[in-house]
Amino acid sequence: MRDFTKSALFWLLAGLALLLGFNLLSDAAFLRITIHDGHLFGVPVDIFTQSSRTMLVALGMTLVIATGGVDLSVGSVVAISGAVCALVLGHGHNLAVTLAAAVGVGLTAGTVNGLLVARWQIQPIVATLILMVAGRGVAQLVSGGQVIIVAHAGFEYLANGFVLGLPVAPLLVAMLFGLTQLFLRRTAAGLFVQAVGDNETASRFAGLAAARVKALTYVFSGACAGLCGVMTAANIRAADANRAGENAELDAIFAVVVGGTALTGGRFSLLGTFLGALLIQTLTTTMYYRGVAPAVAPVPKALLIVAVSLLQSETFRGWLKERAAQLGWRRRTNRANPAPTPP
Amino acid sequence: MIDSTLLQLRRITKHFLGVTALSDVDFSVRAGEVHALLGENGAGKSTLIKVLTGVHALDGGTMTLAGRTIAPGSPKEAEDAGISTVYQEVNLIPALSVAENIALGRQPGRAGFVNWRAVRRHAREALARLEIACDVEAELGSLSVALQQMVAIARALDVRARLLVLDEPTASLDEKEVAELFAVMRRLRGEGLGIVFVTHFLDQVYAISDRITVLRNGRLAGEFTTAALPRLQLVSTMLGREVKDEAGRSAATPPSDGGGVPPPRMESERGEGTPPTNVSNAPALAARGICRRGGVHPIDLTVRRGEVMGLAGLLGSGRTETARLLFGIDRADGGEIHVHGKTVAINSPRDAVRLGFAFCSEDRKTEGILPNLSVRENLIVALQGKRGAWRALSRAEQEKLCAHYIGALRIKTTDAETPIKNLSGGNQQKVLLARWLATRPEVIILDEPTRGIDVGAKAEIEQLVTRLRADGLAVLLISSEIEEIIRNCGRVLVMRERRAAGEVVAGPELTPERLVQLMAGTHA
Repeated sequence: MRDFTKSALFWLLAGLALLLGFNLLSDAAFLRITIHDGHLFGVPVDIFTQSSRTMLVALGMTLVIATGGVDLSVGSVVAISGAVCALVLGHGHNLAVTLAAAVGVGLTAGTVNGLLVARWQIQPIVATLILMVAGRGVAQLVSGGQVIIVAHAGFEYLANGFVLGLPVAPLLVAMLFGLTQLFLRRTAAGLFVQAVGDNETASRFAGLAAARVKALTYVFSGACAGLCGVMTAANIRAADANRAGENAELDAIFAVVVGGTALTGGRFSLLGTFLGALLIQTLTTTMYYRGVAPAVAPVPKALLIVAVSLLQSETFRGWLKERAAQLGWRRRTNRANPAPTPP
Repeated sequence: MIDSTLLQLRRITKHFLGVTALSDVDFSVRAGEVHALLGENGAGKSTLIKVLTGVHALDGGTMTLAGRTIAPGSPKEAEDAGISTVYQEVNLIPALSVAENIALGRQPGRAGFVNWRAVRRHAREALARLEIACDVEAELGSLSVALQQMVAIARALDVRARLLVLDEPTASLDEKEVAELFAVMRRLRGEGLGIVFVTHFLDQVYAISDRITVLRNGRLAGEFTTAALPRLQLVSTMLGREVKDEAGRSAATPPSDGGGVPPPRMESERGEGTPPTNVSNAPALAARGICRRGGVHPIDLTVRRGEVMGLAGLLGSGRTETARLLFGIDRADGGEIHVHGKTVAINSPRDAVRLGFAFCSEDRKTEGILPNLSVRENLIVALQGKRGAWRALSRAEQEKLCAHYIGALRIKTTDAETPIKNLSGGNQQKVLLARWLATRPEVIILDEPTRGIDVGAKAEIEQLVTRLRADGLAVLLISSEIEEIIRNCGRVLVMRERRAAGEVVAGPELTPERLVQLMAGTHA
């Protein structure tokens, strides 16, 4: 598994290099970074900035998926959180209060999800689907069914500002990745998440509070989505209950899976998720620059997902190996017995 | 004999990745008989059933049904040949109606259209044959388990079966329901069907079967006429204890399993190493009347410090269920558990671990290992769980623990970072033992700690048990191997049919014969 994580990262980097190489060949200016007014500008910077929101949601999603679950509600949480932000700012509160409110929304949503999944043992897809559907309605209620325009300097700074010449949003997200990684490694939380994801029953029998671990990953995922809501609203200077966070859950799941964390749970890689989100955004940006029609753009993205999923499938890898062995006239590996249908 | 023999299996052999699951097994069923297939865990019952029903392909041997050689390649082919199977877990679709379930996959009709009236008529006829009164349009899931089972049988018979295989059909039925099932079985037997009946319940074997085949360690341990087979001899044969049966002796020394360690050696070795009973020691754990509906009847159990307490019994006798109650995996319906004289509430394994309990499950794969995590992570997980997330063991501490236990238990692994699934069964088991020893437990429950591991590792684990006792731990050892129980335990509680059948203290009283008697429920 360790080897596989390595190879997953390897393939991610190889994919990124391939895409960048292709872009460089067709347009030498693709990778050019210029400095205006002490700020970095260029396509690579845009890629980072644009992928930062997906990264943030994917950060929480990684841990949920590592426990063998999934959180479909993140997109709706982004919308609720954005609407709440707009209201709080509209009431003249400062940025700190706004951020606290947004994270609070996320924590609340995550707690609901966590309770449904861990305490009441509802299938993660179903449990989080509830909030995915209902959350849009809640966002509409909060925003009064209208797009709320926000004008607030600090708010905009979050999305489009620079610090030390670097864009704020990706910097913030990268920092959160670092802090999360540090927390998971310094405490035993990372071990608990992987243990529960790898074999929940065995973890429980070993004395772990498996249900609590699972619930907390949803709470964390909610908080990430809540924060993402602020950034999304800041980016467009408006809270749009309908469009904010649209497909955020799918993009996040893509990033996590492309990053090498299996949907079956167990081992996870935050770095993989980070690079996965980057790879997907690079692909999207490349297509944009190549002038691929937006309507067709999801196709290469889908192909990427298919390729990664196939490479992660043991059945497919076994089949590949077998084909390779046959072609090489090597001794055929002893084919394992087909899994019998359990009685 | 030839005229009535319906199914004849000869010299059936089946390997799985180098492990022999069945070796030269003969098995025959006559038309119009109920033939019980018995054996302890790992005896090869389920493999034989799966060979018979086309789930597994044969590696050697022949199968004939009514004189025709058959080689079913799938359950469907077996069904077409006339072999139908009803599994313990009803594998029908609860959301569909009874009629739909009976017709599923073979709906009458043409050109993709189903003749639903014919479907319902077929279902009614099939149920009428079993004299079952049941609305064929009712949703299957709304029926009792027993009725669902009857529907499964009706479905199985619908394809004009010659041989009906019932794989532990009574496991989840109450007494009345069992009686109903038996009535159906008798009726079918009267119609000339051959019935293979797999079960753990000996009472039921004697109530319904005509003949018995016993498997042990993948070999034929004997074929008997039920009426002529004393219960004691049956249990002896299942456990591999010598009585006087020819077939039983031939199978006494299985190739892959150390279950047949010669008894005389054991007797001589007990001189110095007779496990002490330590009756004077304080009880580390005392359970009073703990019980669970459908699990165990109220049972008392005491394990003292510095003692190995054995929990013996046949499969399904309630040993594991008792251990699960003690460890908080299942909630007890009643009774009390005392630790150091104080009544404690154990509602989860987490509670139990905090009280100083440890539990090695018999099902290593699904309840023990974290397969994709490393040996190190598997080893420290229980201790880390006990400490909580915030008090993380440093990497250096973890590696020290690993180095210690890998050395002390002689765990064979390339390094501590290898995924545990790459280790052999015996080494996995040692890692799991190390996982618990690292928590410094006071009470350790070992459920079949030596099952499915090689002879060498087995001996090492037994030595470890001795050492733990000497260190003052209270050990509760569950084992199906009578020799293992006798070699290691100071006291033995024998369970039968989910109750305590009797307790034996080490000494002249603790003999295989005595234990077998208690397990079988007969008095010699």
